Amino acid sequence: MPGKLKAKIVAGRHLPVMDRASDLTDAFVEVKFGNTTFKTDVFPKSLNPQWNSEWFKFEVDDEDLQDEPLQITVLDHDTYSANDAIGKVYIDIDPLLSCEAATVISGWLPIYDTIHGIRGEINVLVKVDLFNDLNRFRQSSCGVKFFCTTSIPRCYRVALVHGFVEELVVNEDPEYQWIDRIRTPRASNEARQRLISLMSGELQRKIGLKVLEMGGNAVVGYLQCFDLEGESGLVVRAIGTACTLDKLSPGTAPNTTTHTNTHTLPNTAPTSNACNSPSKDSKEPVFSEDPPHSLSGPPTPLRTLPSSSPPPFSPSKPCSRQSSSSDTDLSLTPRIGMGSGGSVGKEAGPLKTLLRQHTQSALEQREFPIFTLTCFPPGFLVHVGGVVSTRSVKLLDRIHNPDEPETRDAWWEEIRQEIKSHAKALGCHAVVGYSESTSICEEVCILSASGTAAMLNPRFMREGCLDTGGSDHRLSRQPHPGMVGSERGEGEVSSTWLGFEDASPPSCGFVHIPYDEFNMPFPAQLTYCYHCRRQKVPDVLFTTIDLPAEAEVTGKGCLIQARLCRTKKKAQGEVNATSISNLLPFMEYELHTQLMNKLKLRSMNALFGLRIQISVGENMLLGLASATGVYLSALPAPGGIQIAGKTPSDLSYDQHISTMQKRIDDTIAKNKELYNIHPPKLFTLDPEAFTGLNTECIEEVVGSPIPDRQRSSRLFRSTSESSDELSELDLSHGKKDAFVLEIDDTDAVEDIQSLLTDAPIPAGFYSCNTEVMPGIHNWTSGLQMFTSVRVYRLSNANLTNQGLNKIFTDLCENLLKSLYFKLRSMIPCCLCHLNFTVAVPEEELIQVAVTAVAMSFDKETQQAADKALTRGSGENEEQLQFSMELCGESTISNNQPTAKPSGVPESAMVHSSRAPSVDYGSFADRCSTWLELLRLKAHTIRRGSVKTISSSERCSPLPEGRSRSLRSTRSLPCGAPVTVVKMTPLSFLPGTRIVKYLGIINMFFIRETTSLREEGGVSGFLHSFIAEVFAMVRAHVAALGGNALVSYSMKECVFMENPNKNQAQCLINVSGDAVIFIRESDQEAIPPLLTSRQTSSTGADGTT
Amino acid sequence: MQIRYAVFTPILCRTQRFNCAINNTRLQMLFTQTVPGAIYLLATVSPRLDRYITLVKAYKMSMELDVFVGNTTIMDMEVYQLWLDGLTVSDAVKVRMDEGALLECEANPEVLTSDTMDQFRTFQMCERLLHSPTKLGSQLLYQIPAQNQIILIERYYEFDSVFAREVLGKKLSKGTKKDLDDISCKTGITLKSCRRQFDNFKRVFKVVEELKGPLVENIQRHFLLSDTLARDYAAIVFFANSRFETGKRKLQYLSFQDFAFCAGQLISYWTIGAMDSMMEDMDVDLEKEFLNELKDLKVLVNDKDMMDQHKILVCAALRGKIKVYKLMEVNFKNLSRALVNLASKLTHTKDVRDLFIDLVEKFIEPCRYDRWTVAEITLFLTHYTNAAHCLGTFRHQMIWDRYMGVIKSSQCSPLLHLSLIKVNYLSPTPSISSVSPPVNILNELNTFLICKL
Repeated sequence: MPGKLKAKIVAGRHLPVMDRASDLTDAFVEVKFGNTTFKTDVFPKSLNPQWNSEWFKFEVDDEDLQDEPLQITVLDHDTYSANDAIGKVYIDIDPLLSCEAATVISGWLPIYDTIHGIRGEINVLVKVDLFNDLNRFRQSSCGVKFFCTTSIPRCYRVALVHGFVEELVVNEDPEYQWIDRIRTPRASNEARQRLISLMSGELQRKIGLKVLEMGGNAVVGYLQCFDLEGESGLVVRAIGTACTLDKLSPGTAPNTTTHTNTHTLPNTAPTSNACNSPSKDSKEPVFSEDPPHSLSGPPTPLRTLPSSSPPPFSPSKPCSRQSSSSDTDLSLTPRIGMGSGGSVGKEAGPLKTLLRQHTQSALEQREFPIFTLTCFPPGFLVHVGGVVSTRSVKLLDRIHNPDEPETRDAWWEEIRQEIKSHAKALGCHAVVGYSESTSICEEVCILSASGTAAMLNPRFMREGCLDTGGSDHRLSRQPHPGMVGSERGEGEVSSTWLGFEDASPPSCGFVHIPYDEFNMPFPAQLTYCYHCRRQKVPDVLFTTIDLPAEAEVTGKGCLIQARLCRTKKKAQGEVNATSISNLLPFMEYELHTQLMNKLKLRSMNALFGLRIQISVGENMLLGLASATGVYLSALPAPGGIQIAGKTPSDLSYDQHISTMQKRIDDTIAKNKELYNIHPPKLFTLDPEAFTGLNTECIEEVVGSPIPDRQRSSRLFRSTSESSDELSELDLSHGKKDAFVLEIDDTDAVEDIQSLLTDAPIPAGFYSCNTEVMPGIHNWTSGLQMFTSVRVYRLSNANLTNQGLNKIFTDLCENLLKSLYFKLRSMIPCCLCHLNFTVAVPEEELIQVAVTAVAMSFDKETQQAADKALTRGSGENEEQLQFSMELCGESTISNNQPTAKPSGVPESAMVHSSRAPSVDYGSFADRCSTWLELLRLKAHTIRRGSVKTISSSERCSPLPEGRSRSLRSTRSLPCGAPVTVVKMTPLSFLPGTRIVKYLGIINMFFIRETTSLREEGGVSGFLHSFIAEVFAMVRAHVAALGGNALVSYSMKECVFMENPNKNQAQCLINVSGDAVIFIRESDQEAIPPLLTSRQTSSTGADGTT
Repeated sequence: MQIRYAVFTPILCRTQRFNCAINNTRLQMLFTQTVPGAIYLLATVSPRLDRYITLVKAYKMSMELDVFVGNTTIMDMEVYQLWLDGLTVSDAVKVRMDEGALLECEANPEVLTSDTMDQFRTFQMCERLLHSPTKLGSQLLYQIPAQNQIILIERYYEFDSVFAREVLGKKLSKGTKKDLDDISCKTGITLKSCRRQFDNFKRVFKVVEELKGPLVENIQRHFLLSDTLARDYAAIVFFANSRFETGKRKLQYLSFQDFAFCAGQLISYWTIGAMDSMMEDMDVDLEKEFLNELKDLKVLVNDKDMMDQHKILVCAALRGKIKVYKLMEVNFKNLSRALVNLASKLTHTKDVRDLFIDLVEKFIEPCRYDRWTVAEITLFLTHYTNAAHCLGTFRHQMIWDRYMGVIKSSQCSPLLHLSLIKVNYLSPTPSISSVSPPVNILNELNTFLICKL
């Protein structure tokens, strides 16, 4: 049923010359959707043809509408021979399927050919008439909105957060099919592009279905990735967070919106029971027992249904569970009501399992309490436990049945279970800022997942859950949010139940430890929070999320990177996989050490946006960890770094040590100045606050900001001799009198070297890999998004680890330096969202790709900052309209705290024994858990802050948007000026307000050349390809009526060359959200409900 | 023998020694600050063996690929100029280093090279678009802010007047293009830059050659150039089309700007468009009909009465007003004959081409010989022109005005103007212009030295 797709081909311009004799082209167009093809007339002898065709109408299923792209092919008519293709345009019509997104696609789109690149442009009009399908057995999910943005989209309010959704589809890679031997490279590339376009459409549709099942209407933080597994196939997978979003009526001031609970959509109400399950106390066993179940045997779709729970329950969660294994069943499950009814008839076996397990289900219901969001409303995060990450090394085998991608599913499920268990070990019930990635080399594949363990606020849950949380006294030694409140007494609890207006979070709360201080899952030095003085906080906190808006930061932050290279022997199959998994823990450990050291060197105590990437090559492994370091005011001041020699022997040696020490101290002092870190010297002690503290803590707090003991806080050293030693070393470190560095170790010496050789950032620049820089508020509207790619060849085969490290570090440093130099005209500016991707495309090649946005800001004009602050608080409140479907499982892990450390490895081992393919990763996982389990922190009341939008005073009053300008100017063939489209990896544009989200842009391109030298060598080839990709993205955004792309990311950039054959090939996948923004200063002038045609004038500021 | 590594550079800036224990062997290690780029591997040997073997091995990494693409195309206009000047990347890097680019943002030569390469590549990729500037505005490939687009185009089409002077009036053909290396040697402009400028001339010429309407406007519309630049191109097109002779030695003192002015005058007086702006005709060619009609002016010198009358009128007007009155009176007939004959000859293409050389030989040189000043000549020509109107029997007023319009203005302006300055240089009378050169030279020298230092 149910959709009519209409397309009209208006004109073409700048077409290439196809007929040498006349220097002209006889162009016509084929429009194809599914199996239907239409053609326009031939427009003879013109490079700027005007077809002005009729409307081509396709009557299609909405399922196809979601899966298929509209395919437009421009050809040159040839009377005597076959018609030559000029190029193609794929149009994803998904944005037209949601009533809130775009209504028409209209504009000039580049005609793309995989061999020649962009060859002219074509002007098209595409519309969809959609008949609403209320059939609950439908296969389609039209209308579900997708957002790449990992925070709540700016013009929406969250009614409910349902949780994690994931899906993957697999297929054979056309590049590896037998037919590829006889077809042209162009045909092969196009087959691949088309297949991937189809697969992502299908994936999106399936995820949409899951969201509908859960009762949501949107996916936020949608992350789609491709795994090019070569011979074994092509995997497209995606994760996201299902939400119910309400569009903010623009007239309403955000803070007047009432409590969210009343706003939950009707169809989401039934889901509330999930939190009501009476089975809290039996959760712990689930934890160690369950993962094997989930992996074993056939899918058990409904096993997690709490059949005993009296209220109606939402079938959505079990479904999401089930569908990760087989989605066909899923779609048959009714959307609302007693979901079990439908499914019981189908599969009796699973139901039994279900009944048996129902007692454990409360936790399991929330299949994966995992969120891909990185930005939350204030108060949403109660506590943050630290980074949890898991890696697993797998051997790829051919996917035999693409319709049932069980192995891949099982792999990921296993990993998510482990992540969850790690989080539990940290006393947390949820994982936020979650992401997944792979690195593939030949047949070995490293699957990685990481996130931040966190406790979420029950205030954001529904009523039922709150009850559960409150009654859970037995478990409440854990800093369960509700109980923490009551321990503090004082109306905190009551404020909890009231709306959000008075929900000013326990401001330093998010840094407080979620785990039990006497049964810490890992060694940490705890102190009392420097802000509230009541709760314990760790000395350092690592997270993968963005800096919470309410966090109080001293000074500014900076990008901190740890880089590591390790050689490995070339090997095949299992041997190779084993050696990789043996290397992994040490790499993680060293990366972690480097991060710690660099953090201390900058006198900071917390990392946000941590992203650790490990890439595998034939003979080496690369590790790159990037994060934004900040000084959180609620955490203790970091200690310095002290160098110690174990056996001080002679004088010169001591001298050397002291020189080094001095250099380090100098650097720290310099950095403090540079990042403006001047924490308050001493606290006025409130004796009462400290009663009951143990002496150790008092000593720490009372002492100088950098007590000697702390000053010598340990600096992790990898011993890399044996694994036993490693874990022991780590575990015992906390208790020992810490020392910093044994200089008798060469590696250590090298470390110091690398510490000190990190080039300083040039004046006027800041950099971070989070959305915005802590401490900078007054952004101007100048911004420049860029991508830079470098490939280095290591010409000497005789590489050592240390030599490689040096090279790799230099490489990254130089790249950064080049970026600073390139962007010097924007000073003062900050490179935000610096995203490094490393790869080892071939033996002895290292590829580094960076995408970031440079945003300039005004040197402090305080009024502006103040203004931004107030504005920011308004905005935060708007985001408070946020509630969350999450039951009170925060307490789970507390039952058997001591069992936890052993629990993790245990489950990991069980996994490996049952997993359908070899798992080499469990040891690595275990180690990484320990290493990553880092600490907590305090946050404060300041409510404005980082996320604020800069003041608008300086902004040009000219409206930038020229959306739909094409409508008015369509008649002009060539003269219409090009819409300026801004692109940014961030979720916002400073100084502007996003008024409409037009849909997700997700594009995949292949470019190949057989004349590499003629195109300017590899650099020229890639340069023009990236420029073309940008151009196509901009054109599609403009055609949707947008003037910016936010949350842009380049997921994949695979570059292969064969200089001897003069050939190269490159694959790029980009995504983002197309939006319409208006300058803040125009807000009043233009009616917020965007009229589809904005007055346009050429972009006033040149940048973007 | 235990071999370990240390990082080591050819320039040992600082060496630190200390003992380390690795695998129970004491090793002597050398550490240095490294300079990015060249990295060497230094292996040392256990001190127990009491000797060092420094095995320095080239340990290089080479950048295979280096790309930077911004959503807005970043273009450094200084680098753009270097590219336009036809410098190679390494030369451009040197120039930039000399200009102090290294001081910015703590750059090092490597960074600078990478940036320069990248910029050059960007320009090279944009060059295709610059060939048809109107496309630059509507293309989607590079997002370039409008004001940058204007600068890009303007600079791309700017040319060295020295170069233009060399090519002026020549046929814009492959043959001329082959001679560009001579011009390059002669003018000191890189061959690459010469080629670009030549190709620009040719491109503009090809586009506007057949177009109707005003030349300057056509150029502006198709190439989006500024008014002044468009006028210069109009001159080049005009000269190339009519193939005026400009290479003769006697014309060497004239600069490109002098000719450009003349071209402007010729276009506004002698082409079809000049007389009837409504007429959809070309500006590029001189009006044939008009040139034929110029023959009729012969009456001014052939008819003895008319000539005498003309002389009397002019003399009456100029008496006492010019110093060279006596000489003028004596030479009037010669001068008048020269000017009128020049006009009547213009029916032949060959003579049209020789217009300037004839003008100089037949009119300017005699005047220069007699030491006329600019003001005097101007005055003379004005009255010479006006006096013709008063001749009762002279019926070709229109043609006369059109003809003299060019002669008069080009005489009183560059053509004559400069020629007289040249004369003044030689003459004992000090003139204002003769004072300035030394100052200029000094300044130039200073700047030169400063640049070099």
